[in-house]
Amino acid sequence: MILTNEQNEILNGSKGEVLAKVMKTMVKYGEAFGAEKLVPVTSDYNHLVTSFGLKMMTPVFELMQQLIDAGAVSTQKFSVDPRPLDKNVPANFLQNFIFNNFMYATQESYEKQLSALGLKDDKAFTCTCYMDEVGNTPKKGDVLSWAESSAVVYANSVLGARCNRNSGIIDIMGSVVGYVPYFGLLTDEGRKATWVVEIKTTKKPEAQLLGSAIGMKVMEAVPYIKGLDKWLGNELDDGVRTYLKDFGAATASNGAVGLYHIDGLTPEAVELGDSLVCDDAQVYVIDDAELERVYKNYPVIWKNINASPKLCFMGCPHMSLQQLKDWTDKVEASLKEAGNSKVVIPTVFTAAPDVLEKFNATEYAARLKATGVITSYICPLMYMNNPLCGKMPVITSSNKLRTYTTARYYTDDEILAQITKGGNK
Amino acid sequence: MREFKGRVIAEGTVSAEAVVSHGGLNTLASFQKALQFGDKKATCGDQNNPDLYGKQMAGKALCLPMTIGSTTGGLVLYCACAMKRQPACMLFSKPIDSLAAAGSILADVWLDDVCMPVIDSLGDEFLDYVRDGMTVTVKENGVVCVE
Repeated sequence: MILTNEQNEILNGSKGEVLAKVMKTMVKYGEAFGAEKLVPVTSDYNHLVTSFGLKMMTPVFELMQQLIDAGAVSTQKFSVDPRPLDKNVPANFLQNFIFNNFMYATQESYEKQLSALGLKDDKAFTCTCYMDEVGNTPKKGDVLSWAESSAVVYANSVLGARCNRNSGIIDIMGSVVGYVPYFGLLTDEGRKATWVVEIKTTKKPEAQLLGSAIGMKVMEAVPYIKGLDKWLGNELDDGVRTYLKDFGAATASNGAVGLYHIDGLTPEAVELGDSLVCDDAQVYVIDDAELERVYKNYPVIWKNINASPKLCFMGCPHMSLQQLKDWTDKVEASLKEAGNSKVVIPTVFTAAPDVLEKFNATEYAARLKATGVITSYICPLMYMNNPLCGKMPVITSSNKLRTYTTARYYTDDEILAQITKGGNK
Repeated sequence: MREFKGRVIAEGTVSAEAVVSHGGLNTLASFQKALQFGDKKATCGDQNNPDLYGKQMAGKALCLPMTIGSTTGGLVLYCACAMKRQPACMLFSKPIDSLAAAGSILADVWLDDVCMPVIDSLGDEFLDYVRDGMTVTVKENGVVCVE
């Protein structure tokens, strides 16, 4: 790798031993992928994946403290993934005891570290940092040092920013040193599609199911998707951005997709069209039967597959403002149809603190509360990732939550039926 | 006995018993329970990985195509190394992915007393050949001997 004089000096210790090790980490990271240079991070803000003061992560906190003590803090302010705890979310005495005194005992001290390292503000805890209400929205062409797979795939695909699927810690180190290695999704070549996906469904495909099918097929490759603009149109409006948020998260978690192009819709596909597709690209055709096959093949890892759901989580990734409003309408209407006044399964809708603040200022907030649905800023994934919650029969329409936890996936319509009527009626 | 040649990501030599995952290793799902609840054997907790679920990973030669899943993967691997619950070595059939690379490099640069050789690009034949319980020896220059 060819480094500039400034980069070489940092590597040789001109700005201290700790920053030299940060630079060494980024250089070795780039060398593993054949990067020939480091390029400046150009976004206004960074985004980190590590939001949780999980006790098992003590080595990470020690490393973060080394950075703080050496003054090697972020050159950018950053947002970070959602908090793992929220007292609004149902938990029994034992769960609360273990969460607060054992698993997340270091949450408070870790949040102090995040502040010292450059946390944007106290509300910047969300996986959907790119939403207008949150304000960490990169521009097309911006070079990022982000982690969080769902945010990275959104930034690359919908916003046209450039970011690799970085790991936690690498995210902060790129920002601290101000450079990231130039490889993969930062390069024009790395953004070309090696798969063409042809959508031939008879109705608008469920975002989370379609993303899952594509992710599992193409894994880490870049897909160019044709035929989806028939269902989504050619404008990146609020509803389409929400669809792509959920779709992208499923591609990234069920596979390892960091960038997708949608013909006639996403910025690079609109600009460059078929020239983004490699000559030897493979083809994957998705019709109704293929989506049904994918859905039927999800393993159900509940101990009792006939158990009654104890909790429903919606919002992994966090819901958008419009999504919260739409679901308020849908829950109200379905409850009315069923002759019920409140949801029959404890249900939590999660969204960014800034989005919830906006939602709470609308008339929808009181209406949603009246249905019994709870709103929260929590990370459902972190809530679920422990033996106590892992044994609970939880349902969700998030394919990311299904993949990483014991939560069982249902389509949006099935979830609506379950929480309002108690079954798939 | 067969020898395979890959690319060195983290240096070192070691000999250990193989455990093999033919699918991608979900690092968070595999290590979280072990790291959280003091399991020194680092028993794999990923129920979606039939090859590894319930098997010891610490001290073993972990043979796999790639890692998958959450972008916390790299820091989880770093924590496993810092807590001395890491595999003896990690041997990838494919070119290394960004999460595994991050974990391996972070451990290599930031931990003084940890040695976990990491070799990638060993080829599909490597994963076809190696079986649980075989002895795997990582030599210099990315040479891996399986017997």
